[in-house]
Amino acid sequence: MSQLLEAFSWLADPTRWSGTDGIPTRLLEHLWYTALGVVVAAVIAVPIGLLVGHTGRGRGLVVALSGAARALPTLGLITLFGLWLGIGLKAPILAFVVLAIPSLLAGAYSAVESVDPRTVDAARAQGMTEWQILSRVEVPLGLPLLISGFRLAIVQVVATVMLASYIGNGGLGRFIFLGLQLQDYPQMLAGSILVVALALVLDVALRVLERLLAPRGAARG
Amino acid sequence: MIRFDHVGKTYPGGTTAVEDFSLTIDSHASVVLVGTSGSGKTTLMRMVNRMVDPTSGRVLIDDEDVAGVDPVKLRRSIGYVMQASGLLPHRTVAENVATVPLLEGVSRRRSRSRALALLEMVGLDHRLGDRYPSQLSGGQQQRVGVARALASDPNILLMDEPFGAVDPIVRAELQKELLRLQSELGKTILFVTHDIDEAFLIGEQVVILRPGGEIAQQGTPAEILADPADDFVESFVGSGVGKRALHVDEVSGQQVVLDAGDRPVGVLREGSRS
Repeated sequence: MSQLLEAFSWLADPTRWSGTDGIPTRLLEHLWYTALGVVVAAVIAVPIGLLVGHTGRGRGLVVALSGAARALPTLGLITLFGLWLGIGLKAPILAFVVLAIPSLLAGAYSAVESVDPRTVDAARAQGMTEWQILSRVEVPLGLPLLISGFRLAIVQVVATVMLASYIGNGGLGRFIFLGLQLQDYPQMLAGSILVVALALVLDVALRVLERLLAPRGAARG
Repeated sequence: MIRFDHVGKTYPGGTTAVEDFSLTIDSHASVVLVGTSGSGKTTLMRMVNRMVDPTSGRVLIDDEDVAGVDPVKLRRSIGYVMQASGLLPHRTVAENVATVPLLEGVSRRRSRSRALALLEMVGLDHRLGDRYPSQLSGGQQQRVGVARALASDPNILLMDEPFGAVDPIVRAELQKELLRLQSELGKTILFVTHDIDEAFLIGEQVVILRPGGEIAQQGTPAEILADPADDFVESFVGSGVGKRALHVDEVSGQQVVLDAGDRPVGVLREGSRS
């Protein structure tokens, strides 16, 4: 309990809130790594997921690969990629991409699959091209599920990005690993609290976004 | 004119939906394919706009094989009304009606005013145009479906059990409305149903199908009732049951068909209808 209090007084110390190794800098680094990992993963996973959902082909393969990717230990991946790519940002980002892909993939294909097949059939029968069906019917109607895929990926990555500091990068993980080395547990705890708080804030914000972007007609029905 | 020329459809699994079907539908005629599930009626109808491609034979529209027409272009030129209205839930009623004109690049304003006019034409208040489909009753949704199918002023209208999901009273209303529309518009209508009463009401020509798309009998409702081809047709149309003991009476210049209980069941029209 006293360590928790010490952690909070560590956080309350105004000197921690400025400078190149202050909390705001680390927070921004943390968000930057998260964004990098999720965006790269989205560029890979979302088109594939939409395609799988639209055509219904390759679903089994995607589910199997996602399951396998989920089972990979991220710390192990970072170590492995670190040995391969060296110290720096490349290895952890690559690991975060692998971490984010399953959620994004599942979000994208389940978004498309959630649309009533009769609605899709009608759109096709009216003379929409396959691209128009995807962009004007399936994506708008499946948007909440697509965003929930992003939410899961972001929350997962944001909670894991602290591992980037394990091989010499910034981010909120710096406080945790520094605290660990110095046996400064209040600092470690403070770092963890910051990561947890960030994950919760992002989760709530994205849930609100999901609600806001739900298709209007369907939401009223 | 729509012509089915020895078409067949066998799915990759080996199931045969249609064996060998030939039929010619004249322009401006309304033809009803009627049969139980498994008769291939919907499959046949969907061959016209290439929602299904036949595995043998050809479908021709005005002597042009549809297999050579780009399916997207073909579908935009043919009205299609389906059972569950198939409206886009995230778009307003007016936007739904304007689907094809908007795809074809007609301006938003023009598409909208056309959509509102079409709503009135199918018997809906144009103020419903700004609602979402989920805010409409089932019957209203079906009317919107009809309006949407008419939006590009197609020559051909395909109707796949369009009134199958609404209650009997609304259904009767919609059927009457369709007959009125058809008398004004004179489209070529291919209508699919499992309901023989509906078939006789809507169709100038009725085609009764056996499983596998085999034609049991085709003709006008009167011809079929007068001379059912076999036991299958007889039991399908319910001859011998009291409601098929029909007689004709003239009411305000129309040949009204009445059943044994003097209940009107439809209107007989003779000769050309366009």
